[in-house]
Amino acid sequence: MGKSKAMQVLIVFLAFLITIPLIFIIIYIFREGITKINWTFLTKIPKPVGESGGGIVNALIGSILIVVTAAVMAIPLGIMCGIYLSENSTSRLSYWSRLSVDVLQGVPSIVTGIVVYFWVVKPIGTFSAFSGSIALAIMMLPILIRSTEETLKLIPFSLKEAGLALGLPYHKVILRVIVPCGISGILSGVMLSIARIAGETAPLLFTAFGNPFLSTNLGKPMQSLPLMIFNYATSPYDDWHDMAWGAALILLFTVLLLNIITKLTTKRWNVQL
Amino acid sequence: MDEIKRISKRKNSNGQIRAESLFKRSLVIIGAAMVILVLGILLTLIIESVPSIRSLGLKYLWGTTWDPVNNIYGAAPFLLGTVLTSFLALIISIPFSFAIAVYLGEYNPKGWLSNFLKNTVELIAAVPSVIYGFWGLLVLVPLVRSLEMKLGILPYGIGIFTASLILAVMIIPYAASLGREMIRLVPSPLKEAAYSLGATRYEVLTNVILPYTKSGLFAGILLSLGRALGETMAVTMVIGNTSLIPTSIFAPGNTMASVIANEFTEADHAVYLSALIELGLVLFLVTVVINMIGKRIIKRFTNE
Repeated sequence: MGKSKAMQVLIVFLAFLITIPLIFIIIYIFREGITKINWTFLTKIPKPVGESGGGIVNALIGSILIVVTAAVMAIPLGIMCGIYLSENSTSRLSYWSRLSVDVLQGVPSIVTGIVVYFWVVKPIGTFSAFSGSIALAIMMLPILIRSTEETLKLIPFSLKEAGLALGLPYHKVILRVIVPCGISGILSGVMLSIARIAGETAPLLFTAFGNPFLSTNLGKPMQSLPLMIFNYATSPYDDWHDMAWGAALILLFTVLLLNIITKLTTKRWNVQL
Repeated sequence: MDEIKRISKRKNSNGQIRAESLFKRSLVIIGAAMVILVLGILLTLIIESVPSIRSLGLKYLWGTTWDPVNNIYGAAPFLLGTVLTSFLALIISIPFSFAIAVYLGEYNPKGWLSNFLKNTVELIAAVPSVIYGFWGLLVLVPLVRSLEMKLGILPYGIGIFTASLILAVMIIPYAASLGREMIRLVPSPLKEAAYSLGATRYEVLTNVILPYTKSGLFAGILLSLGRALGETMAVTMVIGNTSLIPTSIFAPGNTMASVIANEFTEADHAVYLSALIELGLVLFLVTVVINMIGKRIIKRFTNE
């Protein structure tokens, strides 16, 4: 009995010990970040080193633009591919397609960055926000495809049969009956994938590249929050560290919020991811 | 009137059929596009690393000097750095992820306390790696430095050990949630039979749950290894970025991913760039193989 008790104590101790650093990290970032955030911080572009003031509006707008563009590209493709995989679960192409999605999920993000550099940046001849969006879209795809496929698989076959028996064409059965039934699961996949890529830095290093000025041109280099945190955090200046803390708080808050919303919706709709 | 109605109806149904086949065809095209995307990634990496493969050959992999100025490229320091950080991180993380998996899967699957633990662990997974890196650089590095001072070794602060600590925190949630799923799959009749024979919880854990989930837990470790190998930002920020072979686990080093992140935009001639891409190719192949093996095992395990 002693062994059993000891084991239980050890397991409970280890399991809860690891929550301490996380809570510590979050509190630390909150404490460091909250004092830096004010109206100037949110609405001005950064000042050169040595001048105080300045903000991160270029990174905020850049992040939003890059992520939205990535989502616009990836969401239709991902959902369609998920439909394909759930509808054709046995064909040879779907076997290879599913395998590819598995591979894609494991590709290190830095490798995605390299590849997109050669696909988009080099032929065009300049770093661009658009190429960053493509890299992020590639990273979104596996999550989207998986969640769509898993959700649609759970929908009873009789629904589809009923639709077809009423004479609805196949695409209408899928788009008007099956997809709306699984929409909550698909949406949580969308949210999850956006939360995942919003904090990605590595694929943007060689694509969006970063930009100290405000830019809304997708064809030009653009700053994003994670890139800015990376550049400012590794710089030797305390001013820049301060700005990076503020940016880190905003990024962390957004990502955690997206995750929590996803979790609440999945709980509400009882979706299995 | 009837004639017109009939024609318009036929046209409509023709349109429906066309839309239907168009829909089906685009589904197939998108399914095929995924295969092409992955093959494209592989081909791009291979083609772009040809200059390096051709001029450096196999000795690239065990060359110990990385000196772009003199055009000498040996990847051994980075391979070693990657292996060291990943395995150290795994060793650090396994007790924690195992404890979380057992706690959530067996000891206390329901209740507010396990809900709290589960949510916290999922939030650990959601924190972007650049934030871990930043926190590591400004908070963990000074801590490690004072630890190194106490131990009487060169107090770099940054280095392989620090990187492994951060990596360990980052992979724990992943391994823990996989482990929990595996432990949940143990059929309760098996456990109940053991309990009814008078086994204690510890005995059930070591004699029923562990043997049953062995392969699944191994797969979970493989998948977290795959994740640790490819992690870039947090490692880049705290590992120190030197191209020398690390002499101890406290020495600064570099991993494959971090050297690419640092030097890719600085690579000024073809062989240099290509040598970096070859690193990417090696990283890609290793992570893909590890992921595939892990997923295969899990698939077999869950279908049993």
